[in-house]
Amino acid sequence: MQKLLLLGDEAIAQGALDGGMSGIYAYPGTPSTEITEYVQKNKYAKENNIHSDWSANEKTAMESALGMSYAGKRAMVCMKHVGLNVAADAFMNSAITGVNGGLVITVADDPSMHSSQNEQDSRFYAKFAMIPVLEPSNQQEAYEMAYTAFELSEKFNVPVMIRITTRLAHSRSGVTVNSQKAENKMVLPEDRQQFVLLPSIAKVQYRKLINVQPKLEEASEKSKYNKYIDSENKKLGVIACGLGYNYLLENFEESEIPFPVVKVSQYPIPRKFVEKIITECDEILVLEDGYPVVEDDLRGFMHNKKIKGRLSGAIPRDGELNPNIVAKAVGLADTYGTDSPNSLKGRPPQMCKGCGHIDVYEALNEVVAEIGEGRVFSDIGCYTLGALAPFKAINTCVDMGASITMAKGAADAGLIPAIAMIGDSTFTHSGMTGLLDAVMENTPITVIISDNSTTGMTGGQKSHAENRIFDICKGLGVHPDHLRTVVPLKKNHEEMVAIMKEEFAYNGLSVIVPVRECVQTASQKARAKVATKKL
Amino acid sequence: MKKNIILAGVGGQGILSIAATIGMAAISGNINIKQSEVHGMSQRGGDVQSHLRLSDKPIASDVIPKGKADIIISVEPMEALRYLPYLSKDGWLITNSKPYNNIADYPEVEELMADIKKIKNHIIIDAEEIAKSIKSRRSSNIVMLGAASPFLDLSMELLEEGLKQIFGRKGEEVVNVNIEALRLGRKFTEENM
Repeated sequence: MQKLLLLGDEAIAQGALDGGMSGIYAYPGTPSTEITEYVQKNKYAKENNIHSDWSANEKTAMESALGMSYAGKRAMVCMKHVGLNVAADAFMNSAITGVNGGLVITVADDPSMHSSQNEQDSRFYAKFAMIPVLEPSNQQEAYEMAYTAFELSEKFNVPVMIRITTRLAHSRSGVTVNSQKAENKMVLPEDRQQFVLLPSIAKVQYRKLINVQPKLEEASEKSKYNKYIDSENKKLGVIACGLGYNYLLENFEESEIPFPVVKVSQYPIPRKFVEKIITECDEILVLEDGYPVVEDDLRGFMHNKKIKGRLSGAIPRDGELNPNIVAKAVGLADTYGTDSPNSLKGRPPQMCKGCGHIDVYEALNEVVAEIGEGRVFSDIGCYTLGALAPFKAINTCVDMGASITMAKGAADAGLIPAIAMIGDSTFTHSGMTGLLDAVMENTPITVIISDNSTTGMTGGQKSHAENRIFDICKGLGVHPDHLRTVVPLKKNHEEMVAIMKEEFAYNGLSVIVPVRECVQTASQKARAKVATKKL
Repeated sequence: MKKNIILAGVGGQGILSIAATIGMAAISGNINIKQSEVHGMSQRGGDVQSHLRLSDKPIASDVIPKGKADIIISVEPMEALRYLPYLSKDGWLITNSKPYNNIADYPEVEELMADIKKIKNHIIIDAEEIAKSIKSRRSSNIVMLGAASPFLDLSMELLEEGLKQIFGRKGEEVVNVNIEALRLGRKFTEENM
């Protein structure tokens, strides 16, 4: 049994591979991207044809994983927390269909929004879908959970969620691995109607889901991931979920923890443990890395006063947990170095030197200055950084694909022209359907698809849009006279300005596609070429 | 043994090579390790950091608590100051002297140096100059690691073993120039402590 130095993400990938997974489906999203990348680079996965190509978006990924489960094999789908919003339709209904081969949904949440629009907590979704959650407190646990999650899924015929947060996803530690399990053989569902959600069948399936809940609770109570650690002092009891338990251990290092603790790493919440600690202790502190999901449950509508946490002010309402927050909350002395001096300035992220998006923004700003600001609807990608100085070029960024559809809605309201700025990978993720809406009504918007032929912000993964943007736009019905292209370079600035002026003035739908490879992926390819030449 | 190390710099300055070397050294020496890094947004010329924790006992938190970092190793002088809330009272601040000026309001270098010198235990080193002197500009990171090495509780043997693991596939010459960079960095600290 050898130890590997793995990120939390990688531990999950390795656990899933060792646990007999036949396919992983995902769209890049920080902090989940590295799970799928690990499988893509893994020797065993390559030799055994484990599926690991990127999907167009989290919905198609979720559905494909469900399809693999239908065929009897073990599948995992990975995403960041907001990706679950995109996958939600398939996700919710996969709990109603149940599974055939084990199905695991790994969601990486981002408390403190290090790289996201919000810090939504995926445990809510699992509760909503009525499925179990495994929430590791360290990298070894993450490995073990991924290793055994498929079996848990098959045992109770429900999909299982693994929920992690940024600090575990992107931190490395030594992990001991287990022996390789075989993949399942392909076998169709015994009940051929299981996956047909006509109301008459869905009602039966839903009752099965309701009836399995007590068994899921029992599994939580017996789970090796949940613990009751007793103590004589009953003034305070702590319920520590996921990383919360990790930070609690940080503060009590070698000495024993001087109050009872319930470690929660498998949901539904282990009922008997929680009943015991609430009954026996004067005050309860709930530590969770995300929304106050458990705290809210326990506090209830009648505001049980002895339950403390984010809602009571015992710990900050928003943002991630950390060891200092936990120390203060349990009455230990806080530790702090010194304040940074005034010479320290913020250093926000920027678009790279030579990035094509910069050339697009320089032309766009020039034209928008003439026709009036406030009309640029943008999207999620490196180009979102155009919101910051010195460009300040965009006015919205809400969710994947919203640039086109929000521009359409604003134009419908009378804001004409409205301009959408979207990247190529975001376009194939969820921009195409919005563009179709605009085609159907010939809405007077201009959609700029800034094509750097990659999924850039997440590290340069392959984009579905490569060499396809024009054909897709033509296929959707964009008029060829108003489907323009240009290479975004300084020397083409006047040309870009002219094209934008023309198409903004046109009283119908137009699409402009600036095309230039991302400077990062271009230089990575060049370096790889040099390296292979040397061999 | 227990060491909490913060690595600091700007996206693209390669602090993760320093982290990887220390990580390999720890693994070779059977020392427990946790190393966290920053992905996504911050890589684009923004500030980046890595928390590196070494211990002969199991380690809990992936992030170092405020006030408990034993050492900050920074490849950029302004970034060195960003993590002062984490530095313990007797902690060491090891910083490169060359500014990476990619923001509109970058402070005066004199002001930065004055603020760094206010920290009781500090080393300011021109890592680029030393790397240039052995004709290996790219090794300025490893010079920084060498400068910090007296405070890491890791033997030079282990660190050099770490370098061999990280750079081995690039050939013996690359490994050797990095080992030299490491030793020169250490020498600087020993002569200037």
